[in-house]
Amino acid sequence: MRLRQTLKVVWANIIGNRMRSFLTMLGMIIGVASVIILVSLMQSFYDSIISSYADMGINNIDVNLMGRNGNLIITESDMYKYAREHSDAIKGVAPNVAVSGTLSKNGEIEEYSSIKGIDENYIKLYNKEIQEGHNITYSDILVRQKVCIIGSYINQKFFEGNAKIGDSVRLNGEEFIIAGILTQISDSSQWSSDNCFYLPYTTAMRLSGMGSVSSYSLYVVNSELVSSETTALQKYLFNTYHDSDAYKVTNLMQMLKESNAQMSILTSVIAGIAGISLVVAGIGIMNIMLVSVSERTREIGIRKSLGAKHKDIMRQFVLEAGVTSTMGGLLGILLGSIVTIKAGDLLKLKAMPNLNTVLVAFCISVGIGILFGYLPARKAAKLNPIDALRSE
Amino acid sequence: MEREKLIELIDVSKIYHVGDSEIAANNEIDITIYKGEMVAIVGKSGSGKSTVMNIIGALDTPTSGQYFLEGRDVSKLKGDDLAEIRNKLIGFIFQQYNLLPKQNILDNVGLPLMYARVGERERKKRSMEVLKKVGLDKKYLNLPTQLSGGQQQRVSIARALVGRPSLILADEPTGALDSKTSREVLDLLHQLHKEGNTIILITHDSSIASEAERIIKIADGTVISDTDVKEFKNEIKTNTESSMG
Ligand SMILES: Nc1ncnc2c1ncn2[C@@H]1O[C@H](COP(=O)(O)OP(=O)(O)O)[C@@H](O)[C@H]1O
Ligand SMILES: [Mg+2]
Repeated sequence: MRLRQTLKVVWANIIGNRMRSFLTMLGMIIGVASVIILVSLMQSFYDSIISSYADMGINNIDVNLMGRNGNLIITESDMYKYAREHSDAIKGVAPNVAVSGTLSKNGEIEEYSSIKGIDENYIKLYNKEIQEGHNITYSDILVRQKVCIIGSYINQKFFEGNAKIGDSVRLNGEEFIIAGILTQISDSSQWSSDNCFYLPYTTAMRLSGMGSVSSYSLYVVNSELVSSETTALQKYLFNTYHDSDAYKVTNLMQMLKESNAQMSILTSVIAGIAGISLVVAGIGIMNIMLVSVSERTREIGIRKSLGAKHKDIMRQFVLEAGVTSTMGGLLGILLGSIVTIKAGDLLKLKAMPNLNTVLVAFCISVGIGILFGYLPARKAAKLNPIDALRSE
Repeated sequence: MEREKLIELIDVSKIYHVGDSEIAANNEIDITIYKGEMVAIVGKSGSGKSTVMNIIGALDTPTSGQYFLEGRDVSKLKGDDLAEIRNKLIGFIFQQYNLLPKQNILDNVGLPLMYARVGERERKKRSMEVLKKVGLDKKYLNLPTQLSGGQQQRVSIARALVGRPSLILADEPTGALDSKTSREVLDLLHQLHKEGNTIILITHDSSIASEAERIIKIADGTVISDTDVKEFKNEIKTNTESSMG
């Protein structure tokens, strides 16, 4: 019996038992929809995290030096030299000296902020824009000047947005003169990148009692070079220390990759749990198909008496299960996609049904129908035609 | 004229095991049927008619003995090979019509051709031809349940004819019909016989059996007489006279 012909027979049967067919599909519809909804929402949630990270500089390589026996060996000028020698890939290097402390004005308002010691290249390297005033200069660094550049949040908080060059802010009680004010880049809220306070890194070192710089950021010209430049830098450092514990080189790309891998595992686990419902749906289909086979014993007997072979009967019932389950899968995809988009709106995520998941869910629904249709179909195909004809 | 053998049953037995006991539903049956004959197999209920019909119809195989159909030994075949024989060589007419209730009568009639892998166009054409022959071509889109019993049996006759089988096997074809429609069905069978078809009629009813030109009587699983219709009718007459007398 030809495929098209079998499909016609199968279709007539599914349509002829509309209500039952729909109930059979229901498990598949819910299973497929939940897989799609869960995976797609996870994915778009993750995407939104990634895009917020990307603002933080996916072009950076961070170096932390631990040194050997308390001796760092590598100095700022070594790092600047390294950057110059690799200038085709590395746009620049910036010392990172973080200072912990609080900012205050006139001993009244206290604020926590991202306080960072920088060099004269930092602002340009990180595409920051000075709205008013000027950058920290090389001579500020040489003489450990107590000057600073503030973000728009600090300006709002301490000066109601009217800070002027020459005004001062206290960092851990020491007075710093404002040299520059940054253009607002985010929404000037406390947790945005507008809450920042930059000072000469040499001054920062003095404040935190450090003798030398142990942390640098290298800015790579484009993100595709990050991984190869990381390796090159690791090589250089290993040749200096001969000890891979003496330094640590990381980049955001790599961290994102790692967290992406963790996220994929989590997504797979969740998809797997939802996937169990697909297996349950398959068992439901098998159940109904077994009932269907015993109800249609006489039909099978008639078909066999007229010359239907084992594979003809097999094909009819496997296809019936497969088509039922595929239709369930398609309806599940439809439902899942609609719910994903609606839920995305509700959660303010840009949620789209994940194409791979849709394809996989579709294939699984087809596969499960065929798999779980197999047993009932075999039962049908093995019926003895005489007994089958005798049944009512 | 040399007659061509269509069916040859040699020493055919069918044994059923029920618990510890054995039931010989057919016991060493020998039957030869020639092409173009119209034969009735008659016997009381439980005499073994259905069993022999299942063997002749390649629905079942004998426990022992041989069955040749068109010279080919069918008695040792299994599953799909038997299905092939049923599909190509045999047209069944059942007491209960055995039509598929959810398919229209055109599709019902075309079933044997579908399993013979005949293309859709050819199948429809041939199905319409046989439906025309049984006078139901105008109703080809009807479902079986929309037809009367006699019409349904005519559809099943059309289905038996559509594959141009060597043998038409009718199992109590009038068993579910009133006398008027029974007559129509029997007339149709006579017509098919005249056109050269070989027909085996299985019945418990002597008056239906005497429609055939040759009558094989079975009892307790064996053939007890094999006569032409004249002899059979005489026998019935004497039997009824003696019982009346
Ligand atoms: N599948 C079976 N299992 C056991 N006994 C059977 C089976 N089929 C038929 N028989 C027995 O074989 C004998 C002949 O049955 P059957 O061929 O159906 O007779 P008929 O069709 O003439 O009524 C009966 O005694 C019946 O009980
Ligand atoms: Mg019987």
